[in-house]
Amino acid sequence: MGDASWRVGIDVGGTNTDAVVLDAGDRLLARVKTTTSEDVTAGILDALQLVLADLDGPVSNITHVMLGTTHATNAILERRDLYKVAMVRIGGPATRSIPPLAGWPERLREAVSCGEEIIDGGVEMTGEPLVPLDEEAARSFLGSLAGRAEAVSIAGVFSPVLADQELRVEEIAREEMGHVPVSLSHQIGSLGLLERENACILNAALVRVARRVIDGLTTAISAYGVSADVYVAQNDGTLMGLDYVRRYPVLTIGSGPTNSMRGAIYLAGISDALVVDVGGTSTDIGIISNGFPRESTTAVEVGGVRTNFRMPDLVSVAIGGGTIITDDGSRVRIGPESVGFNIRDEALIFGGPIPTLTDAAVATGRADFLGTPQQVDSQADLLVRAMEGCDIFVGEAVDRAKVSRKELPLIAVGGGSILIPATIPGVSEVIRPDQYDVANAIGAAIASVSGEIDRVYKLGPGGREEAVSDAVATAKGEAVRAGADPGSVEVVEIEEVPLAYLTEPVIRVRVKAAGPLRPPRTAHEAMER
Amino acid sequence: MQITIDSLRAVAIGCTILGGGGGGDPRIGQMMAEEAIKVLGPVDVHALEDLDPDDLILPCGMIGAPTVMVEKIPNGGEGRAIRDVYEDIYGREFKAVMPFEMGGINGVLPIAWAAHAGLPLVDGDFMGRAFPELQMLTPHLLGMPGSPAVIADERLQTIVFRTRDNLWLEKLVRNAVATYGGSACGGMYPMTAVEARRPLIPGTVSLAEQLGRAIRSGADDPLEALSELIPAFPLAAGKVVDVDRRTAGGFVRGSAVIEGIDQYRNQVFRLEFQNENLVVLRDGEALATVPDIITLLDYHTAHGIVTEGIKYGQRVRIVAFPSPTQWTSPAGLATVGPRAFGYDVDYIGVEDRYG
Repeated sequence: MGDASWRVGIDVGGTNTDAVVLDAGDRLLARVKTTTSEDVTAGILDALQLVLADLDGPVSNITHVMLGTTHATNAILERRDLYKVAMVRIGGPATRSIPPLAGWPERLREAVSCGEEIIDGGVEMTGEPLVPLDEEAARSFLGSLAGRAEAVSIAGVFSPVLADQELRVEEIAREEMGHVPVSLSHQIGSLGLLERENACILNAALVRVARRVIDGLTTAISAYGVSADVYVAQNDGTLMGLDYVRRYPVLTIGSGPTNSMRGAIYLAGISDALVVDVGGTSTDIGIISNGFPRESTTAVEVGGVRTNFRMPDLVSVAIGGGTIITDDGSRVRIGPESVGFNIRDEALIFGGPIPTLTDAAVATGRADFLGTPQQVDSQADLLVRAMEGCDIFVGEAVDRAKVSRKELPLIAVGGGSILIPATIPGVSEVIRPDQYDVANAIGAAIASVSGEIDRVYKLGPGGREEAVSDAVATAKGEAVRAGADPGSVEVVEIEEVPLAYLTEPVIRVRVKAAGPLRPPRTAHEAMER
Repeated sequence: MQITIDSLRAVAIGCTILGGGGGGDPRIGQMMAEEAIKVLGPVDVHALEDLDPDDLILPCGMIGAPTVMVEKIPNGGEGRAIRDVYEDIYGREFKAVMPFEMGGINGVLPIAWAAHAGLPLVDGDFMGRAFPELQMLTPHLLGMPGSPAVIADERLQTIVFRTRDNLWLEKLVRNAVATYGGSACGGMYPMTAVEARRPLIPGTVSLAEQLGRAIRSGADDPLEALSELIPAFPLAAGKVVDVDRRTAGGFVRGSAVIEGIDQYRNQVFRLEFQNENLVVLRDGEALATVPDIITLLDYHTAHGIVTEGIKYGQRVRIVAFPSPTQWTSPAGLATVGPRAFGYDVDYIGVEDRYG
């Protein structure tokens, strides 16, 4: 009796929506690539229908469906389908010098805000109270917005150290406002109050988007006769159960590049590598260490808002298959303009008038297309020089993405990956896997489940070992709560940072644990319990 | 000169240059000042000589860990609370606010307080850069007391310090700030305009603004644009290949190794820091030391990089700017020269070495 436990991976990108089906041994059973439609949910359903049609076997074998999607990013950029949020900051009398939403683009602020209030409370870095929590202020503010606010965001000073006050204000919100979605900052972002609060507010605003995607997807899945657990990919390369997605929709932002990187290392069969994803207009370079993308340690802007939730650390450069080459007499200029989607009409090799990097790849023998090579030959000198310039540029960008001097293999994926040269300084080998064009969907299908903690510890008699082991236990617990198999959760990342200027020893510890999904039956049992 | 929201952004960038790696990321201070200017209007900047000799000046800034302040953001009323305590002591009003440190967050925070107080800002400071301790201010060299010093936390609890000397002031304030929770706002070395003439390092607020504008103008060669405003000695261009940071005695000590590129190819540089950048070495030989201002600049944009922000792989330039002359006297070097930070080397100014 074979293990019939198949997984569907779906990735919605800016250009394409891809879907794959993998079996229990991660073998590719079916794949489809469609164009992302205006109605993103309808596009997902099309991709799902097509990939199921391509599948040779009963759909009842499908036990898991994993989705990676740009819905949340688009909703923020287009200010569409966002909830009106009541924002509570617990931090007065501290923090009053900079109100919530400072620095937000005006139109996004209008789309999201239903009112904001700074109430007294918050804690010190040590967890001691800054001042007592003003519960009455929370109650009267939230009560005044009952019936108007569609969601609530609660952010407290040093809540990653001690979250009690955020949890207490959540209870008050429930008492005053009934069944509204509530987002708590300590569950979303790390230290840096304003960035964490921003991420928390965006999260609250995105709950409607998450609900719609989930409803659409689950309805469609059952309509196609599939009975499976559904998961959504988040930006750190791991999965969230639907309950988590409804609570933390903001964490799906940035899952696209992550899925592509995770898919790439899976296809190449290694766990430490540089991944270069070359599209039509731009290239993302990231680093995978121990199977997961390295995360950015600095603030990330989403729709003009500074946030600090976990995002893959990418070096992005304006190099792609459609990048336009010009010659201004003295030197060859590469981009940043691109012919984008029109490459099949405009590039030299396809009979068009514009020299592009794809033409340079043809001129240097890296790529071969049916087309008009004589057009390419006529500008060979320019194209060869452009390719040399591009190689230097790519080499520098790859080096910037690295975190140590050690040589690493590099995996090239994406439609424009023909541009990547066979050798790059600091790179041990360049790997070009098959199926490189559906790496994203594969990345979603193979994702595991993680838990993470970012906390400041005042060192006690147990020293840093005690702090680190507490952090490890908490991170593992989070992973299991998110659906990981308790027997195989492992720590994938530990980072310790001493805090400056203080006389007492204090460290900030970040730990991430991850593991494969619990087998489906256990998951159902866990849900029933 | 006036500080508007636009010129404030330039000042903040300039403070990353003058900070020499220290003083923290100016961002929180900049946002506080932005909120204040939005509501209360621009802040006037006056040269010291435009004040009456008898006018009382309040030198101020934050003390403690900028990394705590990104979470426990100030109330905004700290400046007022400090001023109230002082005015009780002196029985008269301050006529101007002044940054005591023109580097990092402290170059911009006093702008917020000046806006709230409706007072002008003095164009100058007592460091001309950033330093980690409270005796490392120019009036200390002239035997002027930091006392009475007043600090306030975001709960607007205030403490007055009257200490026997400025080293005790540093020690007692440091401990009080830890009890407050790691960061506080403070005023110290209060004095009249005429008393401030000798210790003042003049023009540093407008210098920071000009440096920020030069960098923002996006000139092809931002370093060239900088050196038109201030003597700048490029020591290296390279890539950060190693960073080692550890906490010792309440400060972050550490070093970064930078592998040369461009004309510095095949050379390896080592930058040592204690909150601020202290020494640049090549093959064990010092290329520049404190009190010269040693700043790590982003290779492309020339924005200053704070020591907490140094990361592997960054493309950087190491640039030294001559120290304010106050610090190169024997008394100055005894307080902030390389030996004050534990380096057994003589100070040779970058202008003497490379000028």
